[in-house]
Amino acid sequence: MLPQVLFQNRKPRRIATMEEYCRSGGYRVLEDIARGKYSPADICRIVGEAGLRGRGGAGFPAATKWMSVPVDGAYPRYLAANADEMEPGTFKDRMLIHVDPHTLIEGMIIAGYAISASKAFFFIRPSYDSSAMILERELERARQAGYLGDNILGSDYSFDIILHRSGGRYICGEATALLNALMGKRPNPMKPPPYPTVKGLWNRPTVVNNVETLANLPHILRNGPEWYKGLARTKTGAGTKLFCISGKVNRPGCVELPIGTPLREILEEHAGGMRAGSEFKACLPGGASTRYLTKDLLDVEMDFDSLSAVGHRLGTAAITVFDQKTCLVGVTLNLLQFFARESCGWCTPCREGLPYIRDLLWRIENGEGREEYIPMLRQMSRDVWNAYCALAPGAASPVESLLTFFEDEVREHIRLKKCPFSRPR
Amino acid sequence: MENEIITLTVNGKSVQGRKGQTVLEVCRANGIHVPTLCYHPKMPPYGGCRLCIVEIQNMRGLPPSCTTPATDGMEVTTHTDRLMRVRKTVLELLLAYGDHNCLLCEQTGNCELQDLVYEHGIEKVRFKGEFKPHPKDDSNTMIVRDQNKCVLCGRCVRACLEVQVNGVIDVAARGSDSYITTFNHQSLKDSTCVFCGECVASCPTGALTYKQARFRGRPWELKKVATTCTYCGVGCQLELNVKDNKVVKVTSDHEIPGPNQGSLCVKGRFGNDFIDHPDRLTTPLIKENGEFRQASWEEALDRIAGRFESIRKESGPDALAFFSSARCTNEENYLLNKFARAVIGTNNIDHCARLCHASTVAGLATSFGSGAMTNSIDDLKNSDVILVTGSNTTEMHPVIGSTIKRAVKSGRCKLIVVDSRKIDLVDHAEIWLRQKPGTDVAWLNGMMHVIIKEELYDKKYVDERTEGFEELKKAVAAYTPEKVEEISGIPKDDLIAAARLYASAPAASIAYAMGITQHINGTDAVKSVANLAMLCGNIGIEGGGVNPLRGQNNVQGACDMGCLPNVFPAYQSVTIPDVREKFAKAWGVDSLPGNVGLTIVETIDAAGKGKVKALYVMGENPMVSDPDLHHVEEGLKSLDFLVVQDIFLTETAQLADVVLPAACFAEKEGTFTNTERRVQRVRKAVDPPGKALPDWQAIAALASRMGYEMNYPDAEAIFKEICAVTPSYAGMDYQRLDAGGLQWPCPTKEHPGTKYLHKDKFVRGKGLFHAIEWIPPAEPVDDQYPFLLTTGRVLYQYHTGTMTRRSVGLNERYSECLVEINTEDAARLNIKDLDRVKLVTRRGQMEAKARVGEMTEEGTIFVPFHFSEAAANKLTLAALDPQAKIPEYKVCAVRVEKVA
Repeated sequence: MLPQVLFQNRKPRRIATMEEYCRSGGYRVLEDIARGKYSPADICRIVGEAGLRGRGGAGFPAATKWMSVPVDGAYPRYLAANADEMEPGTFKDRMLIHVDPHTLIEGMIIAGYAISASKAFFFIRPSYDSSAMILERELERARQAGYLGDNILGSDYSFDIILHRSGGRYICGEATALLNALMGKRPNPMKPPPYPTVKGLWNRPTVVNNVETLANLPHILRNGPEWYKGLARTKTGAGTKLFCISGKVNRPGCVELPIGTPLREILEEHAGGMRAGSEFKACLPGGASTRYLTKDLLDVEMDFDSLSAVGHRLGTAAITVFDQKTCLVGVTLNLLQFFARESCGWCTPCREGLPYIRDLLWRIENGEGREEYIPMLRQMSRDVWNAYCALAPGAASPVESLLTFFEDEVREHIRLKKCPFSRPR
Repeated sequence: MENEIITLTVNGKSVQGRKGQTVLEVCRANGIHVPTLCYHPKMPPYGGCRLCIVEIQNMRGLPPSCTTPATDGMEVTTHTDRLMRVRKTVLELLLAYGDHNCLLCEQTGNCELQDLVYEHGIEKVRFKGEFKPHPKDDSNTMIVRDQNKCVLCGRCVRACLEVQVNGVIDVAARGSDSYITTFNHQSLKDSTCVFCGECVASCPTGALTYKQARFRGRPWELKKVATTCTYCGVGCQLELNVKDNKVVKVTSDHEIPGPNQGSLCVKGRFGNDFIDHPDRLTTPLIKENGEFRQASWEEALDRIAGRFESIRKESGPDALAFFSSARCTNEENYLLNKFARAVIGTNNIDHCARLCHASTVAGLATSFGSGAMTNSIDDLKNSDVILVTGSNTTEMHPVIGSTIKRAVKSGRCKLIVVDSRKIDLVDHAEIWLRQKPGTDVAWLNGMMHVIIKEELYDKKYVDERTEGFEELKKAVAAYTPEKVEEISGIPKDDLIAAARLYASAPAASIAYAMGITQHINGTDAVKSVANLAMLCGNIGIEGGGVNPLRGQNNVQGACDMGCLPNVFPAYQSVTIPDVREKFAKAWGVDSLPGNVGLTIVETIDAAGKGKVKALYVMGENPMVSDPDLHHVEEGLKSLDFLVVQDIFLTETAQLADVVLPAACFAEKEGTFTNTERRVQRVRKAVDPPGKALPDWQAIAALASRMGYEMNYPDAEAIFKEICAVTPSYAGMDYQRLDAGGLQWPCPTKEHPGTKYLHKDKFVRGKGLFHAIEWIPPAEPVDDQYPFLLTTGRVLYQYHTGTMTRRSVGLNERYSECLVEINTEDAARLNIKDLDRVKLVTRRGQMEAKARVGEMTEEGTIFVPFHFSEAAANKLTLAALDPQAKIPEYKVCAVRVEKVA
């Protein structure tokens, strides 16, 4: 059995209780903090040594982000947990909440302590209402137990978590847009500087961390940075990772595996291999805003650095698998319909560029394609990088990789004036 | 720190900038063109259009120059093949979605998108995407919004939220479905829009255009004439756009130096259609047998000269009186003052400043030595606290209102509002004190009581720069917060909080208007305001001051020009022989009268009693503006001879024996002096209609007929004479004024003008505290007249409405008198919104529709005075402040009846 860290209390069809979490060592780190074992700087140092990288998609070192809160920064400071999980194919945050909510709660308290925050917001997408209800209940339990609120466990540290149901937009997952949404504004991203860690919510230092990142913290502090690093299968990696596997495999789902587990092993051993009659054609290795990854890279180690070395991104580690019978033009069109809709509309390349790509793809998929659309698509997927935030570049990744790896398939659509995968009418 | 010089390399050339500037700002300052669309220098950077992208060494990607801070040693390239290609993509995208057809667009030739498309050599649109057209909003008569031409640059949204701080519009929906809309998607007409047109001015394309200007001239056919607005005292600089001798529209340019930096209000931008209104007077009129007939200038002037001569001969020069005008230029006011004094030989000259800020001039002159706004409009942004009282600033001085709201929005400044009405600024205030009308001296004393008791006042300043503190201390000792609460209704804790906040500010400014001045103790209230400001050391510093906001375009100038019964230009007293001698010499006469003349209200009284027999009214309308109109009408009808010189046949002109047609501000040269003492140019854009003449030409012609030669080739020649006899204007000339106006005092040609007065030393030496007791209003409420009546103005109308009521847009917004009454009172009287009500006072009655709401407090009625058919001044009381002779417009007792 592989080491299960975040999922160590996973039960079939049931949520781990606070007592179960405590029995597994939960809230022990918080007790240590209350006793004065760690200073905020100690926490930053240990998490830094553990090499924990953000699990939201960008992979930014968590401790480095915390430490960018200025020493003399204003108070109160805020923490925001980003559970606006809307990356297509990704459902790990929801799993975490449904498996072991208290690991998240303790993680948030630890992160809050590390940055001397007094208040945290749990920003959750509205379609996760059942998850939100679980959290509301469990937050109240934690409050009753003295883990949250004024003077936690008798210490002079006070901290509370407010659950905030988001309006439900993909862009709200972008950290600065999330902050705008929390402040009751339109969720447009904001351009640093100033960084949120300097001036975030209501101009106070604010750290935004992904839910999975936060869930790692109790375990790192309980077991030490060396143990954490040792969990990984790659040299530069650290810890485990939740992989969400979907598509044409036998056992889709969410599994916790050491970071750096090769893709082939994930698909064959942990997802039950390809479905009968299906052959691997490509996958999106880290959500919809990553490039298509083709057969020749099946042995890649699923870690930040290993993927980036071959021109791909780990993203949210949501692997969506397509087989030889799937039309990738259709898939890409579907994705672009999503991205074009979810653009906030602030900047021109994203607001108008994504519909432009969408409309070109629609014509190709529906038999109205023309040869000159291919260079136009190629140019546009490059030029939308000139956008305000990372949404448009992410949205361009499947388009660009479609044209790189599957140009023939696109040309076939144009030549036949129809989708070659469609069944004859 | 902010001024630290940094050096950058842009396109291989070394350029300098200041720390804190963005890369774009440095490029612009150095004349390097970077294409932009969403950037506007008045607004915070947006970074949305992605056209101003540049390449910067050691920076990834293509950073937009508008959001990238410039740093020392940065190496920037603004034009490469790659940059041009990516910019071209952006433009192509804008053309792919939207309906940009220049042939069908009002803005063609004045469109930033059109210019950029040309600059980037785009010949065809390769692809048109799926575009869902938006409906056009042309529901109102002023602004057309055509979203199909919108590029979603967000400039209109920021103009509304960041510049004017109104926040009426925002972006709705998302992605390419985004569009600009109002709250609850109402049309602009039904929204909270105040039609300042800042959005139209900021729109780079044809998405927002002027409705009235459609098809009346292409941008390149319009001649733009920069001039000064003719409405309130802010003195906004605007551009009259002229084609075929017609003003087609009014635009603004933030690059024209002035108090408004390109901002205007609804009146300035959309209220100038009175200029070519068919009702304009085009020829002199002479009344015979109760009917007007057209006359030549020669005949009209002969008639006036003859009558004036005979009345002077029979009854002496003081049987003649002159009402000058806060609406006319300095040159014209100066000339009328000269005419009254040198040609006729009387000091009977006054103007409507008497009715608005006479108490300011009297009060501040005794406290400080000078009766004008101490600081500047722009200086409000340096204030830590702004106290606004008796001024509905966002409606009466909208551009100053926005300046205050911006200061508050910046987070630096806190706002205290003391007003009996729930005005717009209340929403932006830290503290709002709602006093009963007529209790200003009480709460001001109360604030000082708290500040002295808690020793929050500026002791060093009080010791070194003022006198009379002990008397003040004694006087305010009795005004405990409890007592003040009893008098004014202001909760004592709120008063204490406001006092502490005001006193805690390093620099605090007080802005007030007629809510303070139009009372029988108006001068006392002004002195109390001065007391408070001096007590906390706020006079003679940046960001501080006592700032009376003047209501009319040139009310400051008309006062400066000596159109007051007691002073010559620059407030030189007529009772001082040396001064008289100086002016007699300058004007080439043997002597000038030394007795103080009659004020406006006194003139009307004297006319009624037969002491004043002839009256010359230049651009005023006392038949609507003055208190107790029955009495005014009696007075004017008792006159032997009335001359009115105006642009329309006003209610007053209808009573005249001779009416002279005048040129309006757009038809003449001259200067106006705004509320912050800034003398600015007025420039001719169109010819006057028919035989109408600038007022100064009429006065000069009349003087010459009466044997006193006034030979001025142009307005500039008059201004030269003004500067020669007016020490505070001595350093000015038209050339200097062309560069953005000058704030007096400006004593020499080298003097840069004065941003704030009383620096280091008060004009009178030491600032003088006055010990002042509160007195109740002249007419208290009783069983018969149970409500307090207070009068004022509204955003969409101006003064007696002669101009604004002839403007299409303004009347769409507010076309008839609405009597404001509190919801509770209305319920008791069974009055519903827009029911007709009758107001009755001891002097008269009027009828109008009711506006039921929370704007006024229970027990108080507010009536705007613009409407002659529902004339508020039939109700008001001519009780006068004994010092300034200003009437108590702001309080009298009234009864409200529902009209069946």
